[in-house]
Amino acid sequence: MEIGLTHYLFISAILFSLGLYGIITRKHAIMVLMGLELVLNAANINFIAFARFGGMNIEGHIAAIFVIILAAAEAAVALAIVLNIYQNFRHVNIDEVDNLKG
Amino acid sequence: MTQDVMLLSIILLLVPMLSFLINIFFGDKLGRLSGIVGTTILGIDLGLAIVVAFTKLVSHADLFIIQNKIEWFNIGSIKIVVGFGVDNIAAIMLVVVTLISFLVHLFSTVYMEGDRRFPKFFAYLGLFTFSMLGIVLANNFLIMYIFWELVGISSYLLIGFWYEKKSASDASKKAFITNRIGDLGFFIGIMILFMTYGSFMFEDVFAGISSGLMPFNSSTMLTLAGIGIFMGAMGKSAQWPLHVWLPDAMEGPTPVSALIHAATMVAAGVYLVAKVFAMFTADALTFIAIIGTITAFIPATIALTQTDFKKVLAYSTVSQLGFMIMSMGVGGYTNGFFHLVTHAWFKAGLFLASGSVIHAMHHAMHHMKDHHSDPQDINNMGGLKHTMPWTYRTFLVVTLALSGIPLTSGFLSKDGILAGTLAYANLTGGWHWIIPIMGFASAGMTAFYMFRLTIVAFHGEPKTEIAKHTHENKAQIVLPLVILTVLSFWFFYSPNPIDASKGWFHASVTQPQTAVPAAYQWDFLISEKAAPAASQHLSESSHGETGQIAEAGSHSTGHYLNKLQEETHHFHLLAMILSLLIAGTGIAFAFAIYQFKVISADNLEARFKALHNFSLQKWFFDELYKATVIAGILGISKALSWFDTYVVDGIVNASAYLTRGYGKFVGLFDNIVIDGAVNLTANTTGYLGSKIRKIQTGQVQSYVVFVLLGLLIILYFFI
Repeated sequence: MEIGLTHYLFISAILFSLGLYGIITRKHAIMVLMGLELVLNAANINFIAFARFGGMNIEGHIAAIFVIILAAAEAAVALAIVLNIYQNFRHVNIDEVDNLKG
Repeated sequence: MTQDVMLLSIILLLVPMLSFLINIFFGDKLGRLSGIVGTTILGIDLGLAIVVAFTKLVSHADLFIIQNKIEWFNIGSIKIVVGFGVDNIAAIMLVVVTLISFLVHLFSTVYMEGDRRFPKFFAYLGLFTFSMLGIVLANNFLIMYIFWELVGISSYLLIGFWYEKKSASDASKKAFITNRIGDLGFFIGIMILFMTYGSFMFEDVFAGISSGLMPFNSSTMLTLAGIGIFMGAMGKSAQWPLHVWLPDAMEGPTPVSALIHAATMVAAGVYLVAKVFAMFTADALTFIAIIGTITAFIPATIALTQTDFKKVLAYSTVSQLGFMIMSMGVGGYTNGFFHLVTHAWFKAGLFLASGSVIHAMHHAMHHMKDHHSDPQDINNMGGLKHTMPWTYRTFLVVTLALSGIPLTSGFLSKDGILAGTLAYANLTGGWHWIIPIMGFASAGMTAFYMFRLTIVAFHGEPKTEIAKHTHENKAQIVLPLVILTVLSFWFFYSPNPIDASKGWFHASVTQPQTAVPAAYQWDFLISEKAAPAASQHLSESSHGETGQIAEAGSHSTGHYLNKLQEETHHFHLLAMILSLLIAGTGIAFAFAIYQFKVISADNLEARFKALHNFSLQKWFFDELYKATVIAGILGISKALSWFDTYVVDGIVNASAYLTRGYGKFVGLFDNIVIDGAVNLTANTTGYLGSKIRKIQTGQVQSYVVFVLLGLLIILYFFI
């Protein structure tokens, strides 16, 4: 069985779902961020897969690199936010940070 | 040259104002000196007046009027032009006013001695003289009206000079208000003319009338304008039925009565009629003649029984003013104005003589410590002939003048007036004969009451101790009397003691050409001038400066004959004989009743009780006015007050009540409906909010779930 686009998309979907699950269920902020990284990488796999099997070619690669840069930047900003949360609350349990509760 | 006359006239006008200013501001410092200051200033003024009058009457006799005019202000496109002017009658009036004012000032320095407001008195006299000269010099209605009111206010101030006395302050108010009624008519008349002719200048108005332009295109309106202006004269000259203020005005100091209420101000009405004589239509003149006749007659009957020295003279003044107006009304312009001048001298003389008597009575009363007797009641006098010889002599001469006895000025003028009324009645006929009949009757009564006054006050035995203790007054009081007496002789006006028509006065004061178109004029007043002759005459005298109207004078009597003058000459002798007979009868009766007591006055009084009472009570005019005008006004006031209290206040209260009720209703509506709606919205929103806020958990992860769900829903619908 030759590995085709469908397999990549399947892997990517699993990865996305895992990431989403992590984002929604983890209490620890770092864990949430890690889930987020999984979602981004699922997107990356899609881009590369489309570059290989679809008609995207080089644009797919460029988009993937953009996403990696974005992930790095996002990680920097998000970690800074997490540090600030820690300074304010002395923990990083995201379900306890509910000051905006209506 | 004419400009010099104008300049002098303006100075002459302003000089008495100076006296007013000095005495009103520095009077308290001057004290007794203020009398001397006032008298000196008036002396200077008199000199100026004589110069102006002489220049006008002798050097500029060919000019009808010397005048100047300036544009005072503009209202839109309407230019208000005013000015001053001296014509022949103004020139004569200037001398009359300043001379009498001067003599009264002189007289007052003694008469008013010791009065608390001595300087004020001279200030007011100055103000009055200023205003009166303003009337005399005015050559337009506007200035005339302004000074007309100024005279009114000075008269008010002077009648009420002793305002501590209730009767004096009442009299001043009465005089002012009565005058206002006349002035209202005057104002309406002026406005009718101004509306039509667009100018206040006499000459413009006359030119407009003679060009045939009628106010509102109706000759009736011209008549009404004439009557309106004459109403001003009725107020000031105390013509019936507005005569009631003048006798009350005797509450003022006697010199004031002499100056204002005998000689000058009350003559202003006659002067006004003379000034605007050219604009009266036949109907207006008839109205004037009737009013004048009634005014000559009624007060004469009242004067028969009065016992107050000044009241007799006051009613006599009203009666004589009636004569002047009557003469104007029948077209006897010259004689009417002549009587104004001669009357001014002898009536001022009579009043100053009465002042002299009252002053002496006061002194005697003061001497005897009597404070209750009436110093003006002729029944307290008697025998003054011996104690006050100079006053008696002068009084007798001016009484003769007023009664119209030959060799006096009064004879000349009154005779002329009576001849004029006869001529008028003969020319117009019908009921107009009543005018000369009433005129002659009034003349007879005048002679009677004047001699009654003379005999009761001066002849016989003193009736009281006071009269016995009177003394002749100082020279400042006697001198004016003598001067006025001298002026009451005939030679001052005409060399002929029985006919004035050849004298300088009749030559100077000639009837002006009437401006009214012939259709609305008595035909006997229309001159028979031939048109070419007139234009020739105008061109002859048009060498004068611009703005001066050539006189249509007596020098060319041939062209300017008018029937009335001719007829008056015919009746001259008849009038003279009749008036002498009637005056003689009056005097004889007075002597028979009061001097020789052939006829008992008490018997007469008892027999004609009703008539006597009617006259004594002044025909009940005051009561009549109280019952009609005053009660009417009070009634209207009461009705208005009732209307105010019940109707107007009722409406106001009702509307207030309704408004309050409505307000309450609106308040309720606001509270319940509007507030309810607002609150309902707010509550609903709040309730919904409180429910919806539950989804805002604050937990980021639940938000993510919602986003995801939302995304899935969108995907479901769109894919």
